[in-house]
Amino acid sequence: MFRPCRRLLCARRPLPPPPPAAAGAARGYAPPGERKRFYQNVSISQGEGGFEINLDHRKLKTPQAKLFTVPSEALAIAVATEWDSQKDTIKFYTMHLTTLCNTALDNPTQRSKMQLIRAAVKFLETDTVCYRVEEPPALAELQKNEWDPIVAWAEERYNVAIGSSTSILGPNIPASTKDTFVSHLASYNMWALQGIEYIITQLKSLILSMGVIDRHITVEKAVLLSRLEEEYQIQRWGNVEWAHDYDLCELRARAAAGTLFVHLCSESTTVKHKLLQD
Amino acid sequence: MAALGSPLRTLRGLLRELRHASGRAGRPYRDTPAYQHIVAAFRANRVTSEKLCRAQQELHFQAATYLCLLRSVREHEALHQEYHGRGERSPEEVAGLVGFRLPQQPGGKG
Repeated sequence: MFRPCRRLLCARRPLPPPPPAAAGAARGYAPPGERKRFYQNVSISQGEGGFEINLDHRKLKTPQAKLFTVPSEALAIAVATEWDSQKDTIKFYTMHLTTLCNTALDNPTQRSKMQLIRAAVKFLETDTVCYRVEEPPALAELQKNEWDPIVAWAEERYNVAIGSSTSILGPNIPASTKDTFVSHLASYNMWALQGIEYIITQLKSLILSMGVIDRHITVEKAVLLSRLEEEYQIQRWGNVEWAHDYDLCELRARAAAGTLFVHLCSESTTVKHKLLQD
Repeated sequence: MAALGSPLRTLRGLLRELRHASGRAGRPYRDTPAYQHIVAAFRANRVTSEKLCRAQQELHFQAATYLCLLRSVREHEALHQEYHGRGERSPEEVAGLVGFRLPQQPGGKG
């Protein structure tokens, strides 16, 4: 609304030149922290460890200079599409799958499988869908209607007791519940676990993450349930596009990337051709 | 199972997103490995004798997730460019917003 007024008021001055580029950015100009797209073609090849990404003739490497290999072809294609969809500059913050693969390959925090599982299950104590409010009553009602079914599903699917609570300390999760989840998560491989822990951190809920990994709810629905209170406030007070929609799109992108990553890392596809019998 | 809608809609949405994400307009988006992989996967799973095919639903869920990813990345980038991509204004611009001009100080600031 203010943009046309701004053009009238101030003279059109060009922005002052940003600080000189770092020594690394040799081609043309790009602000430090942004690289120009330096490759024309992105393609995939199969190496010994898995599938690799080729930018022109160069092989993609992780930030710690290891060769970028992924176990699944579909994942390699998705990463290649991410690199291919960069236009003039490379925007790393939009390349969620690449970031996830880099994390899985490098493991910069050097966590073992058990540490990842423990971090994931620890989230259950502060799970979003278990924390209920008492007022305003409309929000309490909304939480009951939307979150109770998913908690009930998780309790039934994993044969555990979770419950919900309105106290500040949160629900009291019995040890048997935690053990069940620990043993369930132990069945995933290291890559998938990195993805699972990522989704849990984004959605702030273990139950919603398991819902989306078990394909019980879609990613959009999980994001909606995770942001239930914000959606309630938006309906009450109005939507601010540059904040609410921005956060919504970012959360959806990250959750979808994590889910796709987990599924592609833990699947094995076989095609059985049945003969038509007539 | 999640409420996913029709596979045809997911496929159409995916192809549309791939068209937007084709980056440098050198090659048409039909040549990209992503397009070919998705179309081949949908075609391979189209015919099944079972009414409730688990692999079909798994693939559809994956396709819907990928569609959500592509769509939200594109929308997020558009919002970023629209609202947060301009960087900070210089002091001259800020002064100009309210009609002032910064004083000329040939000797530099005191």
